[in-house]
Amino acid sequence: MSGRDEGELADLLRAGLAGDERAYARFLHRAAGLVRPYVRRRITHGGVDAEDVVQETLLALHLKRHTWMADAPVLPWMFAIARFKLIDAFRRRGRRIEVDLDEVAETLAQPEEEQASTRDVSRALDTLAPGQKAVVSAISVEGQSIAQTAQALGMNETAVRVALHRGLAALARRFGRT
Amino acid sequence: MKTDDLIRALAADAGHRTLPQGRAFALSGGAAVILAAVVFAISLGPRPDALQSLESLRYLFKFAVMITLAGSAFALLRARARPEGGGRGLGLWLALAPLLLLAGIVLELFAVPNTDWARQMIGTNSRVCLTFIPLIGIGPLAVFLLALRHGAPTRLARAGALAGLLAGALAGAFYAAHCPDDSPLFVAVWYSLAIAGLSGLGALLAPRIARW
Repeated sequence: MSGRDEGELADLLRAGLAGDERAYARFLHRAAGLVRPYVRRRITHGGVDAEDVVQETLLALHLKRHTWMADAPVLPWMFAIARFKLIDAFRRRGRRIEVDLDEVAETLAQPEEEQASTRDVSRALDTLAPGQKAVVSAISVEGQSIAQTAQALGMNETAVRVALHRGLAALARRFGRT
Repeated sequence: MKTDDLIRALAADAGHRTLPQGRAFALSGGAAVILAAVVFAISLGPRPDALQSLESLRYLFKFAVMITLAGSAFALLRARARPEGGGRGLGLWLALAPLLLLAGIVLELFAVPNTDWARQMIGTNSRVCLTFIPLIGIGPLAVFLLALRHGAPTRLARAGALAGLLAGALAGAFYAAHCPDDSPLFVAVWYSLAIAGLSGLGALLAPRIARW
C-alpha cells in the first residue's frame, strides 16, 4: 500500500512541480489525508489543534517543495516536514514531545476527515496586508481563479500571482504566532 | 479557513518557480569561494614565497586538511539542508580531515625535536590567524546560512554549526597561503580555534535566520 502511495504521490508532485495545478491539488489532498492521522495520533492532549498542524505542514510542503529531489522517495520527505511542524507546534505551546521517525510506517492508515474550527491560518490571514489578504481569500475561501480574482480586484494576473505567493509565504511565517 | 480552501490557494501558486535545491547549493558554493578569495586578496594576499613553497610538503598539507574539511562539510550540509536529512555516510567523511591532521601531527612530532614542539605550536602568527580566518569566513557563512534558509533543515543549530565549519575551512584554505606557520601543530591549535568560533556563530544564528 505504501509503495502505491509513494509512486502515485511522486507522479502527482512531479506534475505539480512542472506547473500542473490539478495534479498538484490532488497531491496536496493526498498529503493532507496521510499527514492528518499521523498528527492526530501524536496529539493526545489539548492545546494543539491537529488540523492546524496539517495546514501548516501543507504550507511548508508547498513553500519547500524544491527541497524534494525528484529521484528521492516522497513519503520520508513529507513526514519529515510534518514531524518538524508538529514538534514546532508543541514547542510554541510550551510542551515537549518525542516523535519517533520509525513510526512513520504505521501512519499510512486510512485518511481521516477534517473537523472544522477556527484555524490559526484564518487568524494569520487577518494579519496580512489588505491586498494579499483579498487575493488569498478570493482564491481560497471563495474558490475563484487567478483570472476572476484579477478582474474582481482590478489587478493584472501577474500582480495577483505575486500577491498570492507573498501572501502564502507570510501566512507560513505568522502561523501560530498570532 | 478550511484545509480544502488552503489547498486551492496553494495549487493556484503551483506556477511560482523556486530555485531548485541543488542549484541553490551550487550557487552558494561558488559565491562563498569568490567572497573568500576577494576578502583574502584585499586583506592579506599570499605570502611572498607562496609559489616556491608549493614544493614544501608541510605547506601543501595545510591545504590538504582545509580542502578535505571544506569538501566533506559541504556535502553533509547539502544533505542536512533537506528535511529528511540523511547523509549518515557523509558524516563519516567529516572525520577524514581531523584524521589527516592527526597523522600530520604524529609525523611532525617525529620530525621535530621535542624541545621545539611548543615553539612550532605557538608559531609567530596566531593572532593574525585568529583574526583573519573569521574575517575571511564571515561572508561565506552568511551565504551558507542563506542557502539553509532556502532549504528546509530540521536541526537548525546543528546545520548552522556545520555551515560555520564549512565557512571556516574555506577561509582556512585561503589563509594558509598567507600564513608563514606551516607546522601541523600550529594548524591543529589556531586554525581549529578560529573555525570553532565560526561554527559556534553559525549554531547561534541559524535558528534565527533559517527558521521556516
